[in-house]
Amino acid sequence: MGQESQSSGDKAVFNRRAFLKGSGAAMAAGAWAGAETTSTAAEGPQTFKKNLVPSGPGEVILNVNGKEYALQLEPRVTLLEALRNDLNLTGTKEVEETTAAGADTVLIDGKPVLANSRLAVECQGKQIVTIEGLASDAEIINSFVKHDALQCGFCTPGFVMALRGLLNKNPHPSAEEIDSALGGNLCRCGTYAGIKACALELARQEGDN
Amino acid sequence: MVERTYSWKPRAENELLGTPVERIDGVAKATGQAKYTADINTSGTLFARALTSPHAYARIKRLEIEAAKSVSGVKAIKVMMNVGDEVLWDGQLVAVVAAERPEFALDGIRAIEVEYEVLEHFVDEENLEEAKTADKQNPQKEEDRGDVEQTLKSAAVIHEGYYGIHTVTHMCMEPHGAHCEWHDDAKLHVHLSTQNVSGTASQFATPLELKATDVTISCDYLGGGFGSKFSAGEWGLAAAELARETGRPVRFMLDRATELKTAGLRPSAFSKVKLGADADGNLVAWDAELWGTTDIEGKTIAAKLLPYAFKVRNHRTQPTGIKINGGPEQAWRAPHHPQAAALSQTAMDDLAAKLNLDPYQLFLKNLDKTWNPELYADQMRIAAELIEWDQNWKPRGTNKLDGSLRRGLGMALHEWTGSAHSATTLIRVHADGTVETFGGSQDIGTGTRTIIGITVAETFEIPLDQVQVNIGSSKYPRSGPSGGSSTSGGVSGPNRRAALEALWKIFDLVASRYQVDASTLTAQQGKILSNGNPVCNWNEATSLIGPMPLEVQGEGPKRDGLTSIDVGGVQMADVTVDIETGKIKINRFVAVQDCGTILNRLTAESQVYGGMIMGISYALFEERILDNKTGRFINADLFNYKLPRIGDIGELKVHLYETDETYARGVIGLGEPPVISCGATLSNAVANAIGVRVPVLPMTPARVLNALEGAPA
Repeated sequence: MGQESQSSGDKAVFNRRAFLKGSGAAMAAGAWAGAETTSTAAEGPQTFKKNLVPSGPGEVILNVNGKEYALQLEPRVTLLEALRNDLNLTGTKEVEETTAAGADTVLIDGKPVLANSRLAVECQGKQIVTIEGLASDAEIINSFVKHDALQCGFCTPGFVMALRGLLNKNPHPSAEEIDSALGGNLCRCGTYAGIKACALELARQEGDN
Repeated sequence: MVERTYSWKPRAENELLGTPVERIDGVAKATGQAKYTADINTSGTLFARALTSPHAYARIKRLEIEAAKSVSGVKAIKVMMNVGDEVLWDGQLVAVVAAERPEFALDGIRAIEVEYEVLEHFVDEENLEEAKTADKQNPQKEEDRGDVEQTLKSAAVIHEGYYGIHTVTHMCMEPHGAHCEWHDDAKLHVHLSTQNVSGTASQFATPLELKATDVTISCDYLGGGFGSKFSAGEWGLAAAELARETGRPVRFMLDRATELKTAGLRPSAFSKVKLGADADGNLVAWDAELWGTTDIEGKTIAAKLLPYAFKVRNHRTQPTGIKINGGPEQAWRAPHHPQAAALSQTAMDDLAAKLNLDPYQLFLKNLDKTWNPELYADQMRIAAELIEWDQNWKPRGTNKLDGSLRRGLGMALHEWTGSAHSATTLIRVHADGTVETFGGSQDIGTGTRTIIGITVAETFEIPLDQVQVNIGSSKYPRSGPSGGSSTSGGVSGPNRRAALEALWKIFDLVASRYQVDASTLTAQQGKILSNGNPVCNWNEATSLIGPMPLEVQGEGPKRDGLTSIDVGGVQMADVTVDIETGKIKINRFVAVQDCGTILNRLTAESQVYGGMIMGISYALFEERILDNKTGRFINADLFNYKLPRIGDIGELKVHLYETDETYARGVIGLGEPPVISCGATLSNAVANAIGVRVPVLPMTPARVLNALEGAPA
């Protein structure tokens, strides 16, 4: 399990440029491997910073739910795996190895992102919020429960995150905008009707009080 | 005098039962705090991944794992198939690698060398003639009643048609899998994603040569099952063996492709039908050839289910299973019923069109052949009102909207037994008034904890949060598997019985302490009353129990009216089809569902919504596609195996069919029935819209356009 980093002074250093936007993890790994290596001895051993392409594990510092964690990870480790297996933040679910289900939705700098579409190493220096970080967001959680917008519950955290991401951007979405924003999330039990009712209610309330 | 009988309260006296109650574990699920098997990360846990067969049919010529064993991070490898063994489908497990991290397990898999002798596969499940030529047919028990041939000769009208419905997967969001941990090398603790908590310990103990008492199964939450999660599974046993070998906990969840190919499939069914009726549309004879399959066993659906829900006196169905190189069949929500409805109530709808009859009239006319004509007639009336059938239905192919859009209405109906499974429960009442209940059941998504809590809280007339519900451990009193919609009745009956007995014991203590006649006592809103007058409150009453808690065990099902069997439902759909693109849009979809005593209105409605959405899925979107050339399941991923998204479902209306009479029947299972008639309902609506039948489900745009192409102008 990851250790919480005691030093937060390094945080600003990891402001590396975004290699990839919106591509899947497999592509990201390929691009990473092909990137130019500019590692210098002065930077010390195996700390993943900009333009550094190591092959083995190195230190990755993630800011999750307002806390800093220092992890030893290979660059191929996805954000989803790091969250679930290294930080034991298992509310973000792994439904599959690609990005078609949305159960792995987290917020990165306030925007919904599929944790399986990002390598952990490229999420350094960003503010990552998982479902555990939204646990006190009573309004949205209570609305899901009130409308029974969940059955087995495995897809539910992903829907909560996707809806929170939508409402962050657009506090009063229309039914069509809700369908579109939640269209990347899959449910098998059949909770869509409850989720729609919940989202429409929040769309009416959000920001009004 | 209050009689001590095992029964539910009169309907009007319920405070909680039958009302909409939020799930007691809803917040845990919505906040990600609920721990599923896939989430178990005990210290030192290893991660396992599977190497599966890339071939539909092959013999293993060489299998070399030494190199893989020395891959960094790999701790152990379990070989599932040996040299000389035949793999029988694409996706069958060949080896499982346990490693320090998932990525190391994948490294290990890549380092395993397997050489296959590829054999000739057969995967064409729709093609009966090809199957016969290839000698892949598996004749099954024929159903033959009355005199079909003679009746067809004298029938006023005969409709002949071809109908089909493809193999679909269970597609549980949480894949099948287990987390296994040994203690002292002798006791095994398994977190298993299972709908059968009480029935799986022995499935580990026997093959692993353990005492059953040394195996504990835990499943606090599971991410869907739908009939596919009753067994330990070879993945569960592999995880246990890898954990024993390494001395470390092992978590092995199937990857999505393997999950779809191997862990849960519902058989396809295809049928050539002859349906005869008299001039008024009364069905007189059914004659059908039936085939389909999922796997090498080669079984299609049960012939006796045809024609579905309508017992036509003269009927014959000749079934042939087809042996194909596909993954094994598992029970899928209402096993065989959705296929049977899709093959036969479509034919009824086509017969109505041939007779220029409104299908509503044809179904109505034939209700005498169903188990409960009055029920269905009333449900049809309600559904028709909800969907405004009289205003909106037009003869087939005549409801033309703007441009290429066509509108249509369709209906179908279904039946289900819904009996309660066998279960035991333990209720413990403490002196401080708190209550615990224990049962080895599971929450497959129906809200098991909540209905148990409602049952107990309603009986004691105490707040729901005073009842702690414990399920999900094989060490609790045994509960049946969650299959066949048996859980609600299975757990509520024993809990009602045990809670009543506990309450009666508390009444006896109160009677003695307060010098009142025990037979005059009732519980109401936290108080114990004698002939309606308060005697003491709940906590004062339970304080009489003393430091040793009161324990009562309850069993079920019993023939005392707490649970019952047999429900029916009617569904109607209103769709718009674009005849240029073949795209189907659901405008409205209505379900009227009989359900006996409702425990929790909120989750009862959710079950019906869920069934309808799963029905939309197999009617319009999902199918396993086996490629004839390679034999592979080519859409075994979530991009290409299509499922409905939130914007695809249209407006759904759920009407729980509920009267004092249905309440008095007792609890009946509700999970399966609403998924049954969706395929036939939506297919009938589409046929009504576009003027021709789309014979095979799912009705993809391609199939809609193909049907239109073959249609008379």
